[in-house]
Amino acid sequence: MSKMEFDSICKDYRKKTALSGVSFTVAKGSIYGLLGRNGAGKTTLVNMAGNRDFPTSGKVKLDGEDVKENDRALRRIYCSGAEELIPTYMRVRDVLASMRYFYKDTDTDYALELCKKFRLEPAKKLSQLSTGYRIIAKDIFALASGVEFIFMDEPTLGLDPNHRELLYKCILERFSDTESAFVISTHQIDECAGLFERCLILKEGRLIADEDSDKLRRSAYIAEGKTADVDAFTSGKEVLNRTTVGTLCSACVKGEPAGVPDSIEISRPTLQQLLIALTGGGV
Amino acid sequence: MGANYPSFNDTEPLYIQIAQWLEDKIVTGQLAADEQIPSTTELSQTLRINPATIRKGVNILVDKGLVYKKRGMGMYVAENANQNVRDDRRVKFYDDYIRPLITEAQRLGISPDDIIEMLKGGDGK
Repeated sequence: MSKMEFDSICKDYRKKTALSGVSFTVAKGSIYGLLGRNGAGKTTLVNMAGNRDFPTSGKVKLDGEDVKENDRALRRIYCSGAEELIPTYMRVRDVLASMRYFYKDTDTDYALELCKKFRLEPAKKLSQLSTGYRIIAKDIFALASGVEFIFMDEPTLGLDPNHRELLYKCILERFSDTESAFVISTHQIDECAGLFERCLILKEGRLIADEDSDKLRRSAYIAEGKTADVDAFTSGKEVLNRTTVGTLCSACVKGEPAGVPDSIEISRPTLQQLLIALTGGGV
Repeated sequence: MGANYPSFNDTEPLYIQIAQWLEDKIVTGQLAADEQIPSTTELSQTLRINPATIRKGVNILVDKGLVYKKRGMGMYVAENANQNVRDDRRVKFYDDYIRPLITEAQRLGISPDDIIEMLKGGDGK
């Protein structure tokens, strides 16, 4: 099975380190969630997969070959994101036609079918589309690219709930047909949780989790009760975050609950709750 | 989660909830013996859940002998699946329903006799 390796990726900008020592593998036949707060490095990472940005050190490899300026590898990878890299004076159908020069297996018929499903007029120029439809157009290009590794950076940005549902369905449909690897970065965590077989979590440029989604969610628990009871119970344990309301407390704790006293109630965090606990701040 | 289909809760792992959801369909007879269950692809796309997770859920039913595979045709509900799920759930009935009932009754100070009375009365009034 083909795979992409991100090997010790570091990216330094003049004043800021965007990524440090990020290593993980993306294999065909899986859907990955690339999660993390704004500025965590998700887009930088996606850009590196697509030859739009380059690591300061480390390599992105496809089946062992560096993808940097390597057309043979890059033809097998498609990256779509919020940045405007396609000239907006182009019509949707012309983008599809031109894609075929680089991505030989671009499936135009399938793309037009998707346009119909999303009610996107392929004769329209990208500049004539609303914010949501511009993202939909990019999602369609990605889905129809026919490549083995598809990176979608925030594919639901500006999409209404109906379109988001439809997009999830289309991604799963395409995935079933092609077994392409999908790497999807998103902030719609709970909505997408079921989509991901594995989650990659970035925090301030470091990869803090690369784990099966279910296992990840069960790697922590929430303990609720009176603040004094919760604090006594969680003392010596790794508390990810802690919220108090009046005399009550709820703490997200790493590991498996054991020896739980009657005064403490245990539940599981949602993926979103866990992500907030793991990536910290802002709550 | 797919429109009009259950949004599974967050307590149990998804694949276990998928298995339970399918077992519900078998217990209620919505999926009868020798009837085909939806394919992994159909379930994945409708429930908006990764096919690997779906397969893991369906495999629980395979392991329990509740569904069987017809080569190249898909998965079918086993002859005695309905009965087996019932038996299985009967065993777990105490833990799944009675224990939480007792816990809540104790919190509220409802006596065992009151509970029996409610059970006999049907709607608890």
